[in-house]
Amino acid sequence: MTAPSLTTRDLTIRFGGHVAVNAVSCDFRPGELTVIVGPNGAGKTTYFNLISGQLAATSGSVVKDGTDITGMSPSARARQGIGRAFQLTNLFPQLSVLENIRLAVQARAGMGWRMLRPVGRFTELTRKAEHYLEATRLTALAHQTAANLPHGDQRKLEVALLMAMEPDIYMFDEPTAGMSLDHAPDVLELIHGIKADPTKTVLLVEHKMDVVRALADRIIVLHNGELLADGPPAEVMSSQIVRDVYLGTSEGVE
Amino acid sequence: MTPTTGTYAVKLTVLAIGALLLFAPFLFQDVRSLEVAARICIFIVLVASYDLLIGYTGIVSFAHTMFFGFGAYGAAILLKSMGPGWTPVILGGIAGVAVSLVMAVAIGLLSLRVKAIFFAMITLAAASVVLVLTSQLSQLTGGEDGITYRAPDLFKPATKILTDADGKVLRLWGVAFNGKLAAYYFVFVTSLILFLLMLRFTASPLGTVLKAIRENEARAEAIGYRVVAYRTFVFCLSATFASIAGTIYAVWLKYTGPDTSLSFAIMIDILLMVVIGGMGTMWGAVIGAVLLILAQYYLRDLMGAASEALHGIPVLPELLAADRWLFWLGIIFILLVYFFPKGIAGTAMAGGARR
Repeated sequence: MTAPSLTTRDLTIRFGGHVAVNAVSCDFRPGELTVIVGPNGAGKTTYFNLISGQLAATSGSVVKDGTDITGMSPSARARQGIGRAFQLTNLFPQLSVLENIRLAVQARAGMGWRMLRPVGRFTELTRKAEHYLEATRLTALAHQTAANLPHGDQRKLEVALLMAMEPDIYMFDEPTAGMSLDHAPDVLELIHGIKADPTKTVLLVEHKMDVVRALADRIIVLHNGELLADGPPAEVMSSQIVRDVYLGTSEGVE
Repeated sequence: MTPTTGTYAVKLTVLAIGALLLFAPFLFQDVRSLEVAARICIFIVLVASYDLLIGYTGIVSFAHTMFFGFGAYGAAILLKSMGPGWTPVILGGIAGVAVSLVMAVAIGLLSLRVKAIFFAMITLAAASVVLVLTSQLSQLTGGEDGITYRAPDLFKPATKILTDADGKVLRLWGVAFNGKLAAYYFVFVTSLILFLLMLRFTASPLGTVLKAIRENEARAEAIGYRVVAYRTFVFCLSATFASIAGTIYAVWLKYTGPDTSLSFAIMIDILLMVVIGGMGTMWGAVIGAVLLILAQYYLRDLMGAASEALHGIPVLPELLAADRWLFWLGIIFILLVYFFPKGIAGTAMAGGARR
């Protein structure tokens, strides 16, 4: 087995008396796509926030390729190769689609401090941004203001931003939420493409069971902030404990 | 963004303003007009540097005149103590920038992490302290009276820059090539360089990061930009430009006091100019500075003339009496904000047909 690219060890966050994520220990390996499932309020997004740095852990640690990143800021973690797409669309609303993506490309290239030449002259940045526009089929909308895009296209731009960061760890938080049926396959195809790269680790929070079945190499189940089950999709989905958790709450697991 | 017709209109207007300022000594041959033109040049730099903060990055600061004052007092104190010359100007300018940077880094590191409103309050407190200190330390600063001094010899009105065959000062279209003209072009050229530098910065990758921070700080952080470092840097950058503008103004005025460089009245003027011109565009700084300064200098005269012209008609001459110019300025300001919510440049650039 390859060495884990990302490890959480006893990762815990407490909000007052409420333990939102409770001692979750998990290894994630390159070339593996892990789907994180669990009922609403199970702590999936909080777990993501602890990994990408939006929240600071109460105890436990996050290790990326042997480096302890628990105390790092979100931007430092991004530079370490952890990329995150958000559940609620989280863009630069008054900038164009191209400008949005170019910002991510520029961050990846570490060129944010260049201040003497106009950004348009950095053709390699624009070319790369256009590549990701093409990959996410947003080329026709390149000069639209992000805030004016329909919801589905905003979700695609969210994914495009993550891809343009070219991280080692891709974290998708319900990437197809609220998307129409004709948009969702585009996004799933993109995730398939990333999954095909054996050097990339993918974490995906998802509710739709057909999506889970189509993509997952492994499923972990969170419930009340605790890691309830971890294993290959077929095994996890058929386990009694998971059925109990979902019983009466979800349409999904069979 | 694709350019709009409004964008072209704004840029043409700014070019026209630039041309008028370039030829101002030849076009408007009286002392007061030249005073206004020089003040416009300086305030374009001052407002543009403030817009780096408020318009581009979304940082609200009330300490901008403090940095302007550091630059002005740096030059003023040294010109007074060392006598006229370029050394005190340059040393004073450097000292002003140094003090500004120390203050900007201190304020920035202490408080750029906190919420915008607290940051604004802290800048307000710092600026108030500096204002009080300036009036108290009268040995050094001249207190409320300020400091009067002489500018470098090059700018003395008696200096002949170009002479004709008889050794008299050369005149072109009635304008003498004397020290006063040299002083104006010193102000114009340095302001132009500073403005073009800022234009360059805002168009660069750095400029895009600043806009990203304004638009969505958390996401800018999430894609890998160290937001606190960028905010501190732009605060220092803006302070540096304001400080240099202060030094230039001090050389031009040959007087520095709280009212010309430090007072909150100037801070309010800067805010009004940014809002009238349009935040987040360097062009807006130009338009805002020109309009407000012209209004401050000429609205009174214009109203006085109008009041005279309407003599004999009831009410109207009273309403337009020159002393009521601030009242009318207020009304104009309210109308501008109402009809141009993004400022004149901002609204014009957003409107107009997209090409």
